[in-house]
Amino acid sequence: MKLLSFEKPLAELYDKIEQLRKLSSDGNIDLSGEIQKIEARAEQVRQEIYTNLTPSQIVQVARHPHRPDTGSLIRLIFDSFIELHGDRVFGDDPAIVGGIATLGEYRIVVMGHQKGHDTKENIYRNFGMPNPEGYRKALRLMQMADRFRMPIVTFIDTPGAYPGLEAEERGQAEAIARNLREMAGFTVPVVSFVIGEGGSGGALGIGVANRLYMLQNSVYSVISPEGCASILFRDAKKSDLAADAMKITAPEIQKLGISDGIIPEPLGGAHHDWKTVAQRIQETIVADLTHYKLVSEATIKSERYAKFRAMGRYTG
Amino acid sequence: MSIIDWFAKKEKSTTSNERLNIPGDVWVKCTHCSEILFQKDLESNHKVCPKCSFHFRISPEERIRYTFDEHSFTEVDADLGPTDFLKFFDTESYSDRIRKAQSKSNRKDAVVSGTASISGIAINTAIMNFAYMGGSMGSVVGEKITRTIERSIEDLKPVIVFTASGGARMQEGIMSLMQMAKTSAALELLAEKRVPYISVLCDPTTGGTSASFAILGDLNIAEPGALISFAGPRVIEQTIRQKLPKGFQRAEFLLAHGMVDMVTDRRELKDVLTVVLSSLVIPRSPQ
Repeated sequence: MKLLSFEKPLAELYDKIEQLRKLSSDGNIDLSGEIQKIEARAEQVRQEIYTNLTPSQIVQVARHPHRPDTGSLIRLIFDSFIELHGDRVFGDDPAIVGGIATLGEYRIVVMGHQKGHDTKENIYRNFGMPNPEGYRKALRLMQMADRFRMPIVTFIDTPGAYPGLEAEERGQAEAIARNLREMAGFTVPVVSFVIGEGGSGGALGIGVANRLYMLQNSVYSVISPEGCASILFRDAKKSDLAADAMKITAPEIQKLGISDGIIPEPLGGAHHDWKTVAQRIQETIVADLTHYKLVSEATIKSERYAKFRAMGRYTG
Repeated sequence: MSIIDWFAKKEKSTTSNERLNIPGDVWVKCTHCSEILFQKDLESNHKVCPKCSFHFRISPEERIRYTFDEHSFTEVDADLGPTDFLKFFDTESYSDRIRKAQSKSNRKDAVVSGTASISGIAINTAIMNFAYMGGSMGSVVGEKITRTIERSIEDLKPVIVFTASGGARMQEGIMSLMQMAKTSAALELLAEKRVPYISVLCDPTTGGTSASFAILGDLNIAEPGALISFAGPRVIEQTIRQKLPKGFQRAEFLLAHGMVDMVTDRRELKDVLTVVLSSLVIPRSPQ
């Protein structure tokens, strides 16, 4: 698995373990004691690295190519899933997947940004950057959910809405804005998870939720650290400073009252153990849907409105 | 064209106005057609170039003067001010940026809101000020826009918002992003009350502002030549690595692509607003 730049001390230890293993099998010498010692050391180093991640290191984890993606999580979390396609206006956007799922007693409409794990997949998925038809497909599915009293679950994982010529022509701004307005009117609960990158309006476009959770090593920001660095710091290479200044990590976002909880990841990041991550998300979904079963439609809507209404810090 | 013509042309364009000493408060040069204009003429023409119809960016005060009935505007929420709750520092601190913008504009933040009337029709309104930190939307802008909409949810007067904004204010981090949801949610409640919302999109309206309340009008009216976009032209050029067509993301381009209802000359805006407001507002018998 790809090691990130800050995991370099680990890479060296892993290399050493590999060498010793080879040595012991080639030379028929018992080095298991040595190997165990280094393995323990590696685990310790991993723990040290991962308990003190800087914001820009967390950004790297959030973007890890092997991080669990929306489609895989959906299949791990739900009992059944049928994917639905198209916005009925222009096309079907592979950067957002969605459909009908079941989980125990619950019928759910689920959707999320879809990234790939390699170049070929990423080109097909446009690196998880939706065009307007992606947001319009999402809206169509959510409106259906609202009509048929199905709770909505969304997974957020995008660098942002696609900044392309045709996206502008087809109304990227309108597509996102309309979702923000319509989601405010739903009388079914919306539960959202930032599973990797929560990139700006492109993330929020499926994120006007009653409850928002972030995976421990996910980020949520108004602009990418690189974008912020090049505009405000006048140097794209200062993205680590921007990542720090904008307060984009899960604990910071919760402290600001934007998210409701953090889903812990296995040591070393979600990419080491998709199943555990899926299980924790599943438990959260079940707990929330159990809660909302007893909440009236009017309250579901007014609670969501009140939540966003309260967001902002000002004087006077 | 021969190479000689090219040189001749180049020479001509570099000499003309460089040495002209223009006293700033009396004469002004049109940024579009370079015509030298008498400041008073320009102002009496709603800051539209009499020669080429270029629309200059204007302040909220000018907007109020040009659009609303005389003395009808009453400001509200003027005391809402920003705070540097993230202790944000880039090349300078957000606190310093706020201080500078406030002393330059004599305003607390980038939007002026209040009540007014247009040809006798009472409205609630908010006017963004691009000169204040690029009209960026932070907590105060989001809050004042939301309060404007909420006032109309109460008193059922139509809402008119004049947008001029580069997008979300990065110095307020995620909180600025959430203003998109907050303002748009308020518009959902307004629509349920069947109260008209007219968005007048001025130059420029981009980013998070365009992808929330600016584009959600029952009617979207754009000023001629206004840049209206989600992603900025430079970002798009970098992404697709090709030159953008002329007029891309200008008001007329959005009209052609179905994103705005009309492109209206500022000098006719009051008349147009009068007509559409008197049509859209549901006649309600006095209580």
